[in-house]
Amino acid sequence: MSKRLLRGARVVDPANGRDGAFDVLIEGDRIARVGRDLPIDDETTVVDVPSGLVVCPGLIDMHVHLREPGQEHKETVATGTAAAVAGGFTSVACMPNTRPVNDNAGVTEYILRKAAEANLARVYPIGAVSRGQQGEQLADIAELRQAGCVAITDDGHPVATAMLMRRALEYAGMFNLPIIEHCEEQTLQADGVAHEGFHASALGLRGIPGEAESIMALRDIALAELTRGVVHIAHMSARQTLDAVRWGKSRGARVTCEVTPHHFILTDEMLGAPVPYDTNVKMNPPLREAADRDAMLVGLADGSVDVIATDHAPHHYDEKQVEFDRAPFGITGLETAVSLCFDRLVHPGVVSLARLIELLSVNPARILSVKGGALSEGAPADISILAPDMRVTVDAGRMRSKSKNTPFDGWTLRGGVAATIVGGRVVYANEGVSLQL
Amino acid sequence: MKKDLLSISDLTSDEIHLVLDTTEAMREIGQRPIKKVPTLRGKTIVNLFYEPSTRTRTSFEIAEKRLSADTLNIAVASSSVLKGETLSDTAMNIEAMSPDMIVLRHASSGAGHLLSRICRSRIINAGDGMHEHPTQALLDAFTIREHKKSIAGLKVTIVGDLLHSRVLRSNVLLLTKLGAEVWVSGPQTLVPAGIERMGVRVSTNIDLAVADADVIMMLRIQQERMHGAFFPSLREYFNVFGMTKARVERAKPDVIIMHPGPMNRGVEIASEVADGPYSVILEQVANGVAVRMAVLYLLAGGAEVD
Repeated sequence: MSKRLLRGARVVDPANGRDGAFDVLIEGDRIARVGRDLPIDDETTVVDVPSGLVVCPGLIDMHVHLREPGQEHKETVATGTAAAVAGGFTSVACMPNTRPVNDNAGVTEYILRKAAEANLARVYPIGAVSRGQQGEQLADIAELRQAGCVAITDDGHPVATAMLMRRALEYAGMFNLPIIEHCEEQTLQADGVAHEGFHASALGLRGIPGEAESIMALRDIALAELTRGVVHIAHMSARQTLDAVRWGKSRGARVTCEVTPHHFILTDEMLGAPVPYDTNVKMNPPLREAADRDAMLVGLADGSVDVIATDHAPHHYDEKQVEFDRAPFGITGLETAVSLCFDRLVHPGVVSLARLIELLSVNPARILSVKGGALSEGAPADISILAPDMRVTVDAGRMRSKSKNTPFDGWTLRGGVAATIVGGRVVYANEGVSLQL
Repeated sequence: MKKDLLSISDLTSDEIHLVLDTTEAMREIGQRPIKKVPTLRGKTIVNLFYEPSTRTRTSFEIAEKRLSADTLNIAVASSSVLKGETLSDTAMNIEAMSPDMIVLRHASSGAGHLLSRICRSRIINAGDGMHEHPTQALLDAFTIREHKKSIAGLKVTIVGDLLHSRVLRSNVLLLTKLGAEVWVSGPQTLVPAGIERMGVRVSTNIDLAVADADVIMMLRIQQERMHGAFFPSLREYFNVFGMTKARVERAKPDVIIMHPGPMNRGVEIASEVADGPYSVILEQVANGVAVRMAVLYLLAGGAEVD
């Protein structure tokens, strides 16, 4: 069995209370030991990790769209997982709004087979709450669980009615499956394409108020209390929603939440500048105003936010090269998240590096009950090696994702990914880093 | 002047005054027995209209012909857009034939910006969704200036469907830039969020909004853009916000009443007001041709007018 010792690196492993110089011994696909000055035998390959790099439990993006089956022109499991590992993620959880919808074991197994063929990041399928995501009948949730789904959601839309959500929480609760909820009160959303406020008004774009999100979050939190079910609020954008989550947590409701990098960095000011009506700033939920963005930063810092997820939503160039109101919602995120988190959260002191690892690894692993989140002895060797001080210039053209729809193209950021190890295998190594893996 | 006219914010206040001054000269051409000058001879202008329009398209076309441009009208039914070519592809095809200018009317806000990123031709926005209609605001300003000499310091009250109106947005930008005090009024359901940040006073009390106004500008109730119930009925709308003779009398004695057309008589405006002594609605239409001649001429580089 191959043995590899990552020596002398700064290890940040908050689940085990570690932050300091440690050696990490990988044997085969497992973490064998973590400690100081571990002994070396003849069979061990020693990798001296250059100072400045950080070894942490593999990052987990619990909200991505891999588009396969059915929309392979946007992304495939292979290209999406290539993007994931290049972005430092060892695991991704993929949304069920494929064609056909992942509402049965056949689709789940298809996705898992594609993931095994790609053999890059781990892929955790998320099943649909309702058959065809139509919001009428429950999908075969036990079957989805059996096939490998780690959560259920009707993402793209909220669970259509309060009654269906109640039943889903009760039913999924039997299998300890969390329900991930895309919160959007549909009648308030109307035909909105941007955050309701000055910028949308000035540009003549139909608005979506923050309350469209928070009202649905409040419904779901109330139902989580009623049923003792578990609800995870996806891609939170409005400050009112964060308040709703805090309220739910204070009452003991089983609610967690995530925020995307774009919602804690960008605002609706980007609708008009630098590129007016840039369809790469069109996503759902929309970019909101500075007060919302700042509230997300506070929530990240004070512990109210549990997870950073990207909502990686690839779309083909042709689909985005249209009038703003006709363009699909969404942007890519897997290959920019780590750089954005370092540049906007860690370096300015919004959160510590340990807290960032909680947000990107520990908490998603806990919420989805999947492997990872800790560098524990005997655990699968899923490891991200990060380069906090690396200068990165985002270049959409060079991304591994099949789609290039990012508003961060051309941004220069401090922080990047040195290497990604999944099950003891180096699945990504950044050419710009002198790390002999 | 910038390459394109997509928004009033593309113009400085000096440039707005230049357009209005140039309009004076253009209007004189329209009063000649032979209403044609060779200024834009050899220039090709495409009028690309994705929305039905009588007034604006006709006005542009007459303006173009009076300046001797070669003009081409393309009317695209919105139903064929859904199954057919994208706006980008249409634009690239037109661009391949090297027109000098494209006049675009489109139902999507920002459609002109998309064209502008693709085309070398100059783009003139003839109305994009709920965003702007800059030549309408310029002709409104010209009409106001004719009657009031200067725009600075006037109280201009704009009443109606504020939410869906591109005429509103262009007029607010232009009038505030030239120093008018702009009030807007309409049902709260049709007040765009954050509109006060554009520098206007907002009041849902129409009597307050029109008090001592120098100019009242009515906006059309755009029934085709009403996706929901914004007010109970047209009858109730007229009772609460319709421009009646009694309301006009709250304004200054020399108030002028404007409307960008097409009017809904008995909905936003009473016929006795529309046809009454304060109404300058048909002057607006007449001035539209001269303003568009001025815009075309200035964007083309301002060659000599003989």
